[in-house]
Amino acid sequence: MIRAGAPVLLEVRDLRAKVSGIEILKGMNLTIRAGEIHAIMGPNGSGKSTFAKVLSGHPDYTVTAGTTLLDGKSIFELPPEERARAGLFLGFQYPVEIPGVANAQFLRLTYNTIQGAHGKDELDPLEFDDFVREKMKLLEMDPAFLDRSVNEGFSGGEKKRNEILQMALLEPKLAFLDETDSGLDIDALRIVAGGVNTLANANNAVVLVTHYQRLLNYIIPDYVHVMEGGRILKTGGKDLALELESRGYDWVAAAVAS
Amino acid sequence: MSSALQNLIDQPYKHGFHTDIASDVVAKGLSEAVIRTISAKKGEPEWLLAFRLEAYRHWLTMTEPAWPNVHYPKIDFQDISYYSAPKTKKKLASMNEVDPELLRTFEKLGVPMHEQKALAGVAVDVIFDSVSVTTTYKHKLAEVGVIFCSFSEAVKEHPDLVRKYLGTVVPTTDNFYAALNSAVFTDGSFCYIPKGVRCPMELSTYFRINTQESGQFERTLIIAEDSSHVSYLEGCTAPQFDTNQLHAAVVELVALDNAEIKYSTVQNWYAGDANGVGGIYNFVTKRGLCRGVNSKISWTQVETGSAITWKYPSCILQGDNSTGEFYSVALTNHKQQADTGTKMIHLGRNTRSRIVSKGISAGHSSNSYRGLVQVGPRAEGARNYSQCDSMLIGDRSAAHTFPYIRAQNSSAKIEHEATTSKIGEDQLFYFASRGIDAEQAVSMIINGFVKDVFTQLPMEFAVEASKLLGLKLEGSVG
Ligand SMILES: Nc1ncnc2c1ncn2[C@@H]1O[C@H](COP(=O)(O)OP(=O)(O)OP(=O)(O)O)[C@@H](O)[C@H]1O
Ligand SMILES: [Mg+2]
Repeated sequence: MIRAGAPVLLEVRDLRAKVSGIEILKGMNLTIRAGEIHAIMGPNGSGKSTFAKVLSGHPDYTVTAGTTLLDGKSIFELPPEERARAGLFLGFQYPVEIPGVANAQFLRLTYNTIQGAHGKDELDPLEFDDFVREKMKLLEMDPAFLDRSVNEGFSGGEKKRNEILQMALLEPKLAFLDETDSGLDIDALRIVAGGVNTLANANNAVVLVTHYQRLLNYIIPDYVHVMEGGRILKTGGKDLALELESRGYDWVAAAVAS
Repeated sequence: MSSALQNLIDQPYKHGFHTDIASDVVAKGLSEAVIRTISAKKGEPEWLLAFRLEAYRHWLTMTEPAWPNVHYPKIDFQDISYYSAPKTKKKLASMNEVDPELLRTFEKLGVPMHEQKALAGVAVDVIFDSVSVTTTYKHKLAEVGVIFCSFSEAVKEHPDLVRKYLGTVVPTTDNFYAALNSAVFTDGSFCYIPKGVRCPMELSTYFRINTQESGQFERTLIIAEDSSHVSYLEGCTAPQFDTNQLHAAVVELVALDNAEIKYSTVQNWYAGDANGVGGIYNFVTKRGLCRGVNSKISWTQVETGSAITWKYPSCILQGDNSTGEFYSVALTNHKQQADTGTKMIHLGRNTRSRIVSKGISAGHSSNSYRGLVQVGPRAEGARNYSQCDSMLIGDRSAAHTFPYIRAQNSSAKIEHEATTSKIGEDQLFYFASRGIDAEQAVSMIINGFVKDVFTQLPMEFAVEASKLLGLKLEGSVG
């Protein structure tokens, strides 16, 4: 929900970044206030995932210019784990598998780490088990996923649900969900969207990267941005997604050029 | 290094060209005369001297093995003093004299204060009555007839048992280092479990009755009579600083009908500094003989120390239906080298063996698994399952696997699985994006990796070993 006076959670100014010597982000600008839901769309390779990784501090990416403030504080000096502790969450487009590490253990460690960073109580394994099972119920996730290794052998959709489970546990200030809807079946899409809607409130914000307007039927965005060539070319309301769905992307670039 | 630690590790001895029977030290070098002197000093029976001399004469005909995948400068065997015991560790007056680095390690491992003192060589009489602990311990064992004492004591008190079994599992001629050990060993542990007895407690070298150092050529002999059971713990998770560069121990286990021996080791000897200077060469021969039917020998090892580890705890499955197990975690960091594994020799019918080896290499280290599964012609129905997993941390470490299989019986079933994985940057980033720093992430991944081995360790040992892995990997990532 858009409120003019709401505090700014994320402020990205003229951000440029490169990987392997190639500049991918070429002047990103984005302002996100508390309570808002933003959708970022754009063709393959336009830099959406790169933007997510640069924000969360992936070591392969180098920021060459610009600033980014999270909750008023510059984040580029912080290592990725401290950005997460400061309230940034990245839902991965391709969550990595971690063989040998039980999901339950991993989830508890991340939960307790973030709790600890906020000076809140940590949970012992038994307490956490009850807690996480409740959250899984909301996402209609089988508790059997607690005993398996993190993401190992999970189907594409199961991995995405595990991402949303982590978001539900960590309650981030700013959640950046990179194509969380890709690979979800219809029911899962509804459940995951329900999860995101439950978590979204006046004090946090959500960024959804998606290729499909379908997700935006469930989660109504306040803004829709079109990314191309490493920057945001156009910003509109939720109707822009519908227009993109029927007209494709070419007209956006053409309109900007003319 | 603090001067206190320097004191602790510098155990001065005098060199000389003559041998003085009255003194504690034999001149450097190895000869029949030196061996006779050692034996005389220890007041040994004639047969033991004969055992030593036979080993020595054979050793002279042998050459150092060149096949292990390890590299080190040639050892001058004439530049070692083969008898500098018995001597007790230098006692320090208080904890203030102990090297802070050592204390930091103790603290991180959560070693209780009284044990810290004992391990660091501080006089503990006041705080920790080691004598009474030892006495209680000894008393409890004596009630059930278990013998657990130093090797020297066993030679004096139980010569028939020692004579009957010594060298029956690892013959004096077995290999270069075993022959050397047989010729010059000074002390070690002896353990005997009588028929039908289940040892009422885990036997730990920490509680070994004598406080003297065993020196670099340690000898261990464990005998489990029919239907007996024992669990033996060797080692210490605190780093053992030592000026002895070469350690060549021999461990022999004998399990008779229906007996079971479980032998667990956590080895954290001085590994040298980050540049590979110093550190212990750990060249050990450990072998168990499942002599009886239905007997079982299980080795569990966590090897994290030493500059070079060369070690293959093995099982000879002679009795029908006997079982051998080998569970191993070997971690190398910096410039450490490890060539370790096992041999499972199936001789009896329906013998079973299981090998689970987990190698972790970080820094510039090299970690090799070398395993032999051999099935003899009479070993009808023998089965082996081997799983060898390697994990690499960073780009400069190396892992190798050398499995050897020799089957002379067509009914044998042998399965071998191997994997190599690497802690990837994307995994670490995934953890980081959830607030978890690289050290914690690596520790979690490693603990997951070694789980199948650690569950074989006695509980407290497993906890310490897990902390130890974390300590050893500190600073190896990020
Ligand atoms: N390590 C790298 N080396 C070279 N090019 C890279 C590297 N990482 C990303 N790129 C390039 O950066 C561009 C942006 O990639 P990114 O993953 O951000 O796109 P995206 O908008 O998320 O696309 P998609 O919709 O397909 O997920 C692509 O052209 C990609 O090939
Ligand atoms: Mg992408």
